[in-house]
Amino acid sequence: MGQIISLGVLQSAVELGLVYALVALALFLSYSMLNVCDLSTDGCFTLGCAVGAIVALAGHPFLAIPAAMGAGVLSGFVTAQLQTRFGVESLLAGIIVNTGLYTINILVMGKVTLNLNSTTTLFTMAKVAFGGGYYKLLLALLFVVAVVAVLLWFLGTRLGLSIRATGDNASMVRASSINPAVTVTVGLCVSGALTALAGCLIGEYNKTCDINMGTGMVTIALASLIIGETIFGRKSIGWRAVGVVLGSVLYRIVVAIALRLNMPASALKLVSAVIVAVAIALPTIRAKAAFYRKKRAALAARKERKAC
Amino acid sequence: MLSIRHLSKTFNAGTVNEKQALRDLSLEVPDGDFITIIGSNGAGKSTLFNAICGTFYADAGEIVLAGADITYLPEYKRYHEIGHIFQDPMKGTAPHMTIEENLSIAYFRAGRAGTLRRVSRADKALFREQLALLDMGLEDRMKSPVGLLSGGQRQALTLLMATMVTPKLLLLDEHTAALDPATADKVLSLTMDIVSARRLTCLMVTHNMHQALSLGNRTIMMDGGKIVLDVRDETRAGMTVQDLLDQFAAGTGSALDADRILLSKKPQ
Repeated sequence: MGQIISLGVLQSAVELGLVYALVALALFLSYSMLNVCDLSTDGCFTLGCAVGAIVALAGHPFLAIPAAMGAGVLSGFVTAQLQTRFGVESLLAGIIVNTGLYTINILVMGKVTLNLNSTTTLFTMAKVAFGGGYYKLLLALLFVVAVVAVLLWFLGTRLGLSIRATGDNASMVRASSINPAVTVTVGLCVSGALTALAGCLIGEYNKTCDINMGTGMVTIALASLIIGETIFGRKSIGWRAVGVVLGSVLYRIVVAIALRLNMPASALKLVSAVIVAVAIALPTIRAKAAFYRKKRAALAARKERKAC
Repeated sequence: MLSIRHLSKTFNAGTVNEKQALRDLSLEVPDGDFITIIGSNGAGKSTLFNAICGTFYADAGEIVLAGADITYLPEYKRYHEIGHIFQDPMKGTAPHMTIEENLSIAYFRAGRAGTLRRVSRADKALFREQLALLDMGLEDRMKSPVGLLSGGQRQALTLLMATMVTPKLLLLDEHTAALDPATADKVLSLTMDIVSARRLTCLMVTHNMHQALSLGNRTIMMDGGKIVLDVRDETRAGMTVQDLLDQFAAGTGSALDADRILLSKKPQ
C-alpha cells in the first residue's frame, strides 16, 4: 500500500469518502427505500454549498449547517410536490428542479464561485478544538455517525417504516392507510437535507464553492451506494447503512489510487458512469446469458435426437 | 353497518370501450353479516370492492360506513376502518421488510399511534402471540424478510395484518384462489376463526358455489353490475348449488357462464 498511496492521501480519501457518504445515504433513502430516482441531487448539493458558504461568510459558521439543510428540505419538497400532487413523472420532476436550481444557486452565491479561504468554518473551528492532523477526519466522522444513528432511528419509527414500505409495495401501503404523497414528500425532504449538508461540508472542506461542483454527483453517489450494497451485502437495515458509508469511502480510495497511477482527473466521471451502468445492468445481463445457454443446450439436444 | 345506495360507475365513458361496471347498485350490510358474493367474470364483484375502498370515486350514489359518508373520502383514509385481502398473496405485504416490520405497519394503521412511535417490547410480544395463532412457525421468524415466505404464509400474514386492528369491514377478494388446495383450506379456516371470534362484518368474493352457500349467513349474486339475487339465513340454508344456478338463470334470463364456478369442487 505504502508505495502506491501515501498515508496522507489515504487520509484525505477517507475524509472525502465520509462526507460524500452523506449524499450516498440520501440516495439510500430516496433510491433504495422510496424507489424514486431523484435527479435533483446535483443541484441540491450545490445549493447546500452555496447557502452554507453565504451564511458562513456572513459570520455564522454554526448557522451554516441548519441553513444549508433547510434549503435542501425546500428543494426536496418542491421535487416531491411536483410528482405527488401534480402528476409530473418523478424523473422529470428531478430534472426540472435541478435545472431551476442552477439559476437559484447563482442568485444565492451572487457569482459563480465563492472563496472561503479566510472564513471561519466548522473545519477551522475543529482545527482549533481538536488540534493535530486528524481534525477533518474527526469532524467528518462525527457528522456521519450522527446522521447514520438518526437515520436508523427514524427508519424504525412509524413514519420511517411507512417510507420504506412505500417503495416496496404500493398496494400494501394504501391498504395500510398510509398516504404515499406524504411518505414520498417526507422522504425526499430528508434526502434533500442530507445532500445539502454534504454540499455545505464539502464547500467548507475545500474552502471554495463553485456553481458546477454538483455535476455528476448523483452518479457518483449511486456508484458508492451500489459498491456498498454489493460488497457489504443486503442484510439488516443497519448493516446496509454502514455498507453505504464504507462503499463511499472505498470509492474515494479507489479514485485516489487511480489518480496516483496518473489517470486524468477528467476520466473520473466516465469511470463512475461505467460502474453504475454495469452494476445496474448486471442482473439483466446474467438472466440473458442464462437464457442463451439454456437455448443453445436445448437446440443442441434436439439436433442430436434428429441425427439418431 | 355498511350502506351502499344507488351506486353507479362507468369506465371509459363515451368511448368504444365504455363499460357500465356498476348500475344503480344498493346494498345494506348490517353489523355482523358475513356475505359471500358470486357472479360470472365481469359481473362487477371486484369493482364493487374497489368502489367501497376508494380505488376510484363512484359516478353517482353514496357509500356510508358506520354512519360516516365515505363516498368522497380518499382511499388511504377509508382503510383506517377497512381490511382488504387481495387474490394475489404478493399484494398485501412488503417483501423486503421483515415480518415484524410488516406487522408494525399494520398495527399502527388505526392512526392513533404517533408519527415517530416505534414498536415496543410489549408490541413485539403481541405480534408473537398473534403469529403463533397461525400455527405456521412464523413467530420464530420475526426478523426474516417476508419475501422468503410461501404464498400461503404471506396470505396468512396478510390476514393477520388486515385484522390486527379490528376493522369495521373486512373485504376478501378470492383471497384463497391463488393458493394450493391444502393451503387454501388452512387460510380459509384461519379466516373463519378470526371472523367469528371478532364478529367481523365481512364481504367475500368466491368462485366456489359450495363455499358460497356454506360460509357466512348471506349470499348475493351479481350480474352486469347489479345484484340479481340476495338470500340469507333460513332461505339460504335449504338451498343447493342447483337451486342457486336455477335462481340465477331466472334472475338474468341466461345461464351462468363461468367455467371456474361450475367446475369448482365441493370442499371436504
